[in-house]
Amino acid sequence: MNPTMTKKLLLTLLAWGIALIVFFPIFWMVLTGFKTEGEAVATPPSLFFEPTLAGYHEVMARADYLKFALNSIVISFGSTLLALIVAIPSAYSMAFLPTKRTRGTLLWMLSTKMLPPVGVLMPVYLLFRDMGLLDSQLGLTIVYMLMNLPIVVWMLYTFFKDIPKDILEAGRMDGAGTLQEVLYLLLPLTLPGIASTGLLSVILSWNEAFWSLNLTTSDAAPLTAFIASFSSPEGLFWAKLSAASTLAIAPILIFGWLTQKQMVRGLTFGAVK
Amino acid sequence: MRLTYALPLAGAATLASFAAHAETITVATVNNNDMIIMQGLTDEFEKAHPDIDLEWVVLEENVLRQRLTTDIATDGGQFDVMTIGTYEVPIWAKQDWLVELDDLPESYNEQDLLKPIRDGLSQDGSLYALPFYGESSMMYYRTDLFEQAGIEMPEQPTWEQVEDWASQINDPDNGVYGICLRGKPGWGENMAFVSTLVNTFGGRWFDEEWHPEINSPEWKEAVGFYVDLMNNYGPPGATSNGFNENQALFSSGKCGMWVDATSAAGRLYNPDESQVADKLGFAPAPIAETPKGANWLWSWTLAIPASSDAKDAARTFITWATSQDYIELVGETEGWTSVPPGTRESTYENPKYQEAAPFADFVLNAIQTADPTDSTLKPSPYIGVQTVNIPEFQAVGTQVGQMIGAALAGQQSVDAALDQAQRSVDRTMRQAGYYD
Repeated sequence: MNPTMTKKLLLTLLAWGIALIVFFPIFWMVLTGFKTEGEAVATPPSLFFEPTLAGYHEVMARADYLKFALNSIVISFGSTLLALIVAIPSAYSMAFLPTKRTRGTLLWMLSTKMLPPVGVLMPVYLLFRDMGLLDSQLGLTIVYMLMNLPIVVWMLYTFFKDIPKDILEAGRMDGAGTLQEVLYLLLPLTLPGIASTGLLSVILSWNEAFWSLNLTTSDAAPLTAFIASFSSPEGLFWAKLSAASTLAIAPILIFGWLTQKQMVRGLTFGAVK
Repeated sequence: MRLTYALPLAGAATLASFAAHAETITVATVNNNDMIIMQGLTDEFEKAHPDIDLEWVVLEENVLRQRLTTDIATDGGQFDVMTIGTYEVPIWAKQDWLVELDDLPESYNEQDLLKPIRDGLSQDGSLYALPFYGESSMMYYRTDLFEQAGIEMPEQPTWEQVEDWASQINDPDNGVYGICLRGKPGWGENMAFVSTLVNTFGGRWFDEEWHPEINSPEWKEAVGFYVDLMNNYGPPGATSNGFNENQALFSSGKCGMWVDATSAAGRLYNPDESQVADKLGFAPAPIAETPKGANWLWSWTLAIPASSDAKDAARTFITWATSQDYIELVGETEGWTSVPPGTRESTYENPKYQEAAPFADFVLNAIQTADPTDSTLKPSPYIGVQTVNIPEFQAVGTQVGQMIGAALAGQQSVDAALDQAQRSVDRTMRQAGYYD
């Protein structure tokens, strides 16, 4: 075997190894969901067993999965849409009409992500209480929008910056206003980037647990609250918890799988210059 | 697009909750077995009270505690019934956060509630929460291993004897460890056990002036004994074992003895969940210098927050869920070992329960001998057996628990850990204004 072949083989093995390590916890969770509670904690763990739906039955009997799932969908897509509506104009102005303070503003926006959320729990809770937003889809949608805004603006800003100014200028020569410029030139050109930004925002909102547990009770509780109700300091719960987790990630996993192409294209967009 | 229907949906949800508020009550509870049974009996309650609908929020203990504390401290009004522990009830009652539960209906039979539990939930003679289930601690052991070694369990074991027995039955080569005890740090995990051990070795958390005594000779002796016992005869990696992990170890036959919550008895005795159901022995929690405070007292209770706007419906629900009739209902539908234990004398007088649960007398005795107002050999200013019922205890208990965990893992000596714990608790108490 020549050296390039060996190198290729090693790289392939390495890639497979890393992929398996990343995938294993998810695989194990799905597997555990089909075990009985006893098998779930058995040592040594069993790889071959008689699969049972008992965990799923109990999970479905104890909680209304569809209600939680619908909340998750409305809140994560709603917040992403809101974030994009606010972020596109701001990223546009930063990318094409920068001032001396643009850099600083961007960094300041990102710095809000460094604050631990629990630090503002009390004020947010009090505000929400007075505005009647506790346990409402609207309330959580707003919080997630604000939470993801810095990342969305940053990502859009880097995508917009890669568009040569000349293209927009050419449009302007042909008589396009700012709105047309954005709608007919900028957005189509950066669509993969916008799509991957949106997808990331949806996934981050879907997985967020701190705010969803603290600001919802029952009406607006998303799937993170659904999962939280199945872990317990008393008694055996791993099979039920795994079944609940599998149900909770299934929609987003399928969604991510279907949109994989856009994701990868968006994330590597502009990587090679 | 998404937003256009997200907004009206959210609005509709808010409206709906407004319209239904007259009869829908939101019950927040922990996802322990007994509460899941309660949730499962929702239909029974709604059938008997057609004007009240139940909405459940079931969360894991620590998440629930944080969620409820946020809501009650801000007067958020999100819940009508809260599941809280004996630790929170007196603190929250003092803050006027809970509804006083006087003039309960006669059929509720308040006097039937076990006295130590009832006392723990009362402030100036009034109840502020109703007990859903109660527990103390006791010792579980393997009768087969004890017989093999020719050991007879006395009526009241001592810790010295326990150490001796542990050395006789410890057989790590065959996967059996002499004793399993909690090691996972946390005020409700390792410190629940360690506090009772310190009590029985004659120690206390604070002297009469609220100065901590964590590095006193009694603490050093008790914690030194615990660390040696676990290192010599305990399972490996004990610092990650809490109640649940130890229950899994014991029920799969890996421990000779286990001292922990009485509420484990039903599950250990159930052959579906436990491989040692037919060779299970019970004994009171071991003692050392004094029997005082050797076994803890805890109960999960249902309380009504002052911010609830459906207080009457909430009261109807909590009196139902903690009543004699409810216990009867669970016994008939789920089997008598599944009834919520440790709350009512009538449960222990019930022949059906006595027959189904041979451990009933041990549990009752353990609960009745636990006295939160007098749990230390030397006088102390606080109420609580394994806890100190002051708001600072969660932080203090967890700090000390982590340092003792480090000593158990061998990262530092017991003396160093306790000296460090003493300094840390001293700082917290000083900052909280207990002394200058």
